[in-house]
Amino acid sequence: MTDKAPSGGGGFDISRAWTDERARGVIFQIIIVLGLAGLAAFIVSNTITNLREAGLSSGYGFLFDTANFDINQRLLDYASTSTYGQAFVVGALNTILVAVMGIAMATVIGFVTGVLRLSNNFLISRIVGVWVEFTRNVPVLLQIIFWWLIMLALPRVRDSISIGDAAFLNNRGIFLPSPIFEDGSAIVLAMIAVGIAATVLVRRWARKRQDATGRTFPVGWIGLGLIVGIPVIVYFAVGQPLDFDLPEKKKFNLKGGFNITPELIALWLALSTYTGAFISEIVRGGILSVSKGQTEASGALGLRRGLTMRKIILPQALRVIIPPMTSQYLNLTKNSSLAVAIGYQDIVSIGDTILNQSGQALEVISLYMAFYLVLSLLTSAFMNWYNKRIALVER
Amino acid sequence: MNFKKIASAVAVAGALVAAGAIPGQAATLDDVKAAGTLKCGINTGLPGFAYTDDAGNWTGFDVAYCRAMAAAVLGDASAISFVNLTGKTRFPALASGEIDVLSRNTTWTFSRDVDLGFTFIGVSYYDGQGFIGRTALGIGSATELDGASVCIQTGTTTELNLADFFRVNGITYEPVPIETNAEARAAYEAERCDVYTTDASGLAATRTTFENPGDHMVFPEIVSKEPLGPLVRQGDDQWADIARWTLNALITAEELGVTQANVAEMANGTDHPEINRMLGSEGSLGEMLGLDAQWAVRAIAAEGNYAEIFDRYIGADSPLALGRGLNALYTDGGILYSPPFR
Repeated sequence: MTDKAPSGGGGFDISRAWTDERARGVIFQIIIVLGLAGLAAFIVSNTITNLREAGLSSGYGFLFDTANFDINQRLLDYASTSTYGQAFVVGALNTILVAVMGIAMATVIGFVTGVLRLSNNFLISRIVGVWVEFTRNVPVLLQIIFWWLIMLALPRVRDSISIGDAAFLNNRGIFLPSPIFEDGSAIVLAMIAVGIAATVLVRRWARKRQDATGRTFPVGWIGLGLIVGIPVIVYFAVGQPLDFDLPEKKKFNLKGGFNITPELIALWLALSTYTGAFISEIVRGGILSVSKGQTEASGALGLRRGLTMRKIILPQALRVIIPPMTSQYLNLTKNSSLAVAIGYQDIVSIGDTILNQSGQALEVISLYMAFYLVLSLLTSAFMNWYNKRIALVER
Repeated sequence: MNFKKIASAVAVAGALVAAGAIPGQAATLDDVKAAGTLKCGINTGLPGFAYTDDAGNWTGFDVAYCRAMAAAVLGDASAISFVNLTGKTRFPALASGEIDVLSRNTTWTFSRDVDLGFTFIGVSYYDGQGFIGRTALGIGSATELDGASVCIQTGTTTELNLADFFRVNGITYEPVPIETNAEARAAYEAERCDVYTTDASGLAATRTTFENPGDHMVFPEIVSKEPLGPLVRQGDDQWADIARWTLNALITAEELGVTQANVAEMANGTDHPEINRMLGSEGSLGEMLGLDAQWAVRAIAAEGNYAEIFDRYIGADSPLALGRGLNALYTDGGILYSPPFR
């Protein structure tokens, strides 16, 4: 081995590596990667050593142990004899439920208030403005507790507000009749599916026709008829094959039917109004970003104001609106972990119980992280796809 | 609250991840002496057991034990930094070394003792889980609670006992899990739930804070064994011994008639050899613990013996007015029994 590497002929002179900018860059990157890997290895090995020294068991085997506690809101079958793993899944679904409900409601609230705030009516735009500023600037945890206390202030079980003796509202939530499907109900459900499919086809046809001839078609009304009207007719035609399990007053509670807990309602309202206020501002910004000339041109063509907003302004504004909306959706999903304050059994609330009963702190926290990471990445992926779809297509 | 809990959980993770030996392996006694204060984990607020007095000082049955221990170890019953912990944050806080001893009505169970890596040093209060409900419900027993909504504190053994009780009796219920005693009480008062369940002592404590305590009744069923006591991290036997014998000293003091008032005088020597050994005028028990001879004298002088502490905070002289029951000395029909000082 000679100290001097042969130079020239495509060879690499090691002594010149340091002075060569590109080689230096590579060297630095290798050093940093090695350093990071070393740090990660140190953290992992040290954690394992310390866990062992502390006599704590580690690993995810505990997920198969019996949970021994109950959960009041479950989208899957779950009992106290189920496992920790099943409890986790129930919690994850509860988080997803409130996130999806919250995102839907926040979007509606955001769009409506965002448009209203630009209203020419001074009173409306002011009221919405005050509401947005107030809601945006009060910590969401306080709002969650505020809505929860409002729910608790509803009438007590004995004095439930009854709607036709079928639905009830009290401070233990909303009690609705739950459907019992009998013979023949499959036909009705099939008709609804057919109606949805038909509406999609009609919409496609109507759009094509409008592109070709400029004539519009009332897709909304036709769709309503197809999706709701026809199934209702069929429902009566086959002899009302749907029965309802009505909530009934029992000694302590209303029994039967379908219960939406006050915790879910409080969390849902708090998250959707809080995030809705942010979305409202994003929508307002998006609309204002569309050149005024578009409105004027639309007016010159004789389009009404509502139609101008729907067909001209919003589609263009969406390009500005969608990217920041994604982070609002992610925020809402993550804020839902504050549910623990009011006892809504989301993944964090249930996970904390598991953590406390099993003592597997690192494992439980890692499961939280993985869950929120996956959920957020999925949301982002969907929003990016949608963003690409509505992006300006340059011709 | 959520942040605090997550922070503690992360703190455990952090402490485990951090370089160097984890606390618990080190001599806790040396650390406490070096710090000059005892870090004692207590409840976030439970009448009788841990609450603030008019001057804003933490006081109560659980707090008294912290004071006795601080007096024994540091010679100053006020050299304590209190750390208020919820049912969920208490174990991570102890495991990570955020506190030196946990005195927060914590039930001694197998898995906590063995799997979580803690050492329970004794039982300071024999409790059991009960239910409180409105007398207007018109029921006399917890077995009639079919279909009721039940408020519970999360992260406690009560959550598990509750599930067991209803399963065994074949009745249904809706659990309403709440994080702290105060919020659970608020939910119960708003009639979000029909009954509230926790340890019977806690129910008695909570009942005193209701506007009309007479409107509420504690059901006769005690559905579990809840031996409550202080605990320390596993692995430091000397520290566990100090904690254990501080508690035993308070119990033995009651048995032998040593009180806050007469302990200083008795420390000079009596004709009772066990008192002399405990209070250091005979033998060298304090030295064996790594403390001085007067450790037990200071522990008892801090808040008095077991009976004095019990009566002052949760017993006859307190609004809770709990009877001694199982917590009477074995000589008085209870099961309170300290191993001998010899």
